[in-house]
Amino acid sequence: MTYTSPLPVQDVQKYRGSSLELADLTMAYGDIEVLRQVSFTVQPGTTTCIIGPSGSGKSTLLRGVNRLHEPKSGDVLLAGESALTVKPDRLRTRIGLVFQHFNLFPDHTALENVALSLRNVKGMPKAQAREVAHRRLAEVGLAERTDHRPRDLSGGQQQRVAIARALAMEPEVMLFDEVTSALDPELVKGVLNLMATLGQRGMTMVVVTHEMKFARRVADQVVFMDEGKVVEVGAPADLFDNPQSPRLQRFLSEVL
Amino acid sequence: MDWLDNIIKTFFDWEAMWAVFPQLLGTGLVNTLVISLAATVIGVVLGMIIAVMGISTSAWLRIPARIYTDIFRGLPAILTILLIGQGFARFAQSIFGPSPYPLGILALSLIASAYIGEIFRAGIQSVERGQLEACRALGMSYGKAMRLVVVPQGIRRVLPALVNQFIAIVKDSSLVYFLGLLVSERELFRVGQDAAVLNGNLSPLVMAGLFYLVITVPLTHLVNYFDNRFRTGRRKAAPPKSGLDELDELDETPVPVPPLTYGSNT
Repeated sequence: MTYTSPLPVQDVQKYRGSSLELADLTMAYGDIEVLRQVSFTVQPGTTTCIIGPSGSGKSTLLRGVNRLHEPKSGDVLLAGESALTVKPDRLRTRIGLVFQHFNLFPDHTALENVALSLRNVKGMPKAQAREVAHRRLAEVGLAERTDHRPRDLSGGQQQRVAIARALAMEPEVMLFDEVTSALDPELVKGVLNLMATLGQRGMTMVVVTHEMKFARRVADQVVFMDEGKVVEVGAPADLFDNPQSPRLQRFLSEVL
Repeated sequence: MDWLDNIIKTFFDWEAMWAVFPQLLGTGLVNTLVISLAATVIGVVLGMIIAVMGISTSAWLRIPARIYTDIFRGLPAILTILLIGQGFARFAQSIFGPSPYPLGILALSLIASAYIGEIFRAGIQSVERGQLEACRALGMSYGKAMRLVVVPQGIRRVLPALVNQFIAIVKDSSLVYFLGLLVSERELFRVGQDAAVLNGNLSPLVMAGLFYLVITVPLTHLVNYFDNRFRTGRRKAAPPKSGLDELDELDETPVPVPPLTYGSNT
């Protein structure tokens, strides 16, 4: 089931999300396997939320998809092609990642944060990079704050800059790693709304989150992980209203 | 008050001090600054190379950097200066001529680079790992990420330590006199010492000491001032404002961003 935008199509930026498929993905830190044979498919333009207790390997999974940490075995298929056979730097321009702690460049303004990789990875001329960066920041509601440095922005604003920075590379898939966990409570909804909007506009998204309401209402698919394995996959209604495994039942009883 | 007279004659013989002043200013100070600045510039360049090698994942780069640092930090400066200044004198003669001046600068640079390398390494490693990861996640190579984002932040954090290192180099530059300098190449200490021998009292050396203090003390305090500013930040207090204001930002954007209507599709 896809989420339809309430706005006329021509008014909004449309994204072309690609499909993402994890096939028996196994990841290890040293000898310890922290992710074991994880498999699921994310259809183009859909949102998959990954939930699960801490230590279940959710963040590790995201880092495996864009190869910040190289998988041990298995495969990641981006738009049907193995992501493990292309150059990591090239792959990462196609997969955006937003971090829990923003990781903005503190000595750059919001605009420079977005423009830096446009110039140095995409090779855009300076004027064009700044123009694109300005547009991206406007999209996330920060047109008035392009010259602020991160420390002069709230957590929610910083996270929106981080999202704009990732979007500027025109990724086919966006990964979100607990992006609202470090925010003050009143700022969470703004960021979640923004993410929901991206989903509506056709972005393929994998969202690691503890926001169960968000998962229930925005996700097309929910993945429950525990101890490095996928325990349950399904539509949000199925997982939240009718959990099968005792693990998920226990988890939901603790967080809902 | 014989002893007081003695002290004044030995350390504060005004005429002797005044007599050596022009030489200290025209020759000594110039040479001290030239030696120190040259050694600092070369030391910074070498130190940066050593630092980047030192944090490399490749042991082939890391271990040589470690050994280099251990040697030049572990040896007394005077020993390094003599070994290099005299050991390579014949070799250097074909390049620089008979003056030991360049070799003195080189020796000071090598010593300084070992310390500066450690300062840079500490600074670079103090930059949160997330900075590098954010760059890599955007598709930047390791080299670009370090050059554009991580290293500049690291350098900014250690600027006070670098100025301290410059002060240490200024003081160590006095050791170059061991190599035997031409008259025109004498730095502050040598100028003061020669005059002290001629005068039969230490006043010229005291004058030379004042010159050192004029360089080092203001710098020390400047560093402390900036160090404090870096630590406490220079943000002005702002009047209280409501975090709720920014909740409207997403609604006011020129590019329409539809608000999420919860539950409309479930």
